Amino acid sequence: MLPELFFVYFAFAIILLSILVVTRKNPVHSVLWMLLLFFHIASLYLFLNAEFMALIQMIVYAGGILVLFLFAILLVNIKEEIRITRFIGAWPTGLTFAIGIFIVIFVSIKSFVLGQQGTYTIDFIKKESHTKALGKLLYTDFLYPFEIASLILLVAIIGAIILAKRRIKS
Amino acid sequence: MPGTYLPSEYLPVLIFILVAIAFGIGALLIGTVFRLKKQYFEKLMPYESGITPKGEPRYRFSIRFYIIAMLFVIFDVEAIFIYPWAVVFDKIGMYAFIEMVIFIVILFIGYIYAWRKDAFQWD
Repeated sequence: MLPELFFVYFAFAIILLSILVVTRKNPVHSVLWMLLLFFHIASLYLFLNAEFMALIQMIVYAGGILVLFLFAILLVNIKEEIRITRFIGAWPTGLTFAIGIFIVIFVSIKSFVLGQQGTYTIDFIKKESHTKALGKLLYTDFLYPFEIASLILLVAIIGAIILAKRRIKS
Repeated sequence: MPGTYLPSEYLPVLIFILVAIAFGIGALLIGTVFRLKKQYFEKLMPYESGITPKGEPRYRFSIRFYIIAMLFVIFDVEAIFIYPWAVVFDKIGMYAFIEMVIFIVILFIGYIYAWRKDAFQWD
């Protein structure tokens, strides 16, 4: 009963916060609502027995990506942004798309079947702790993808510097 | 499945969040009850060290903040990979140590590249 109650709260809070993020006129307010949204998503991960994912959500998204968003927003003119109208007029198209996506999701939820239980059950992860179970797998079986991740990050560093440095010189 | 598992060991965190919210709201409420409500033009102006503000508070925002933020996110993700490694390090041993050294060396190349390109320089 209690887990369901928490899930209902998080589900409704996430929907409400997402709507608040896209409807605010001031982009800085949007970012602040998004911070709250990220914390709620992190809590949802926690209730899926994935505490490491929850902490990553907080450290990377709420801590890093949001700062990036804030800096991107400071590059636009907020005074101008508040004055102009937010949404373009083509609401019938938007509504059609929204209903279409809703029907697709509704049908796919109907045909949702719970799969067989694997090795990593709730009890196993509870005994082992999520981070430990993840680490044991990541640094033995998935060693190659892990090293590729470092190369992807290297590409990201070089890309960011090349893009920004060219901008500064010109 | 959502709604089947209760992370009961995180109850102190929930209590902490509730106390923090209550403290924030409480402090604001006490403020509205006890403070003087005299408002005049100078008081409502943005405070700028006692000098009368002139012009927009906005100014041109340097792209350098953005580079720093991007590099921060990248090295943040690198640090994330070290957490589970630190937890299982004693189980896997030398093997894990060598692969983490390779991981960090590859990113250290990126760090040196950023350094040589003056990405950490402000001017």
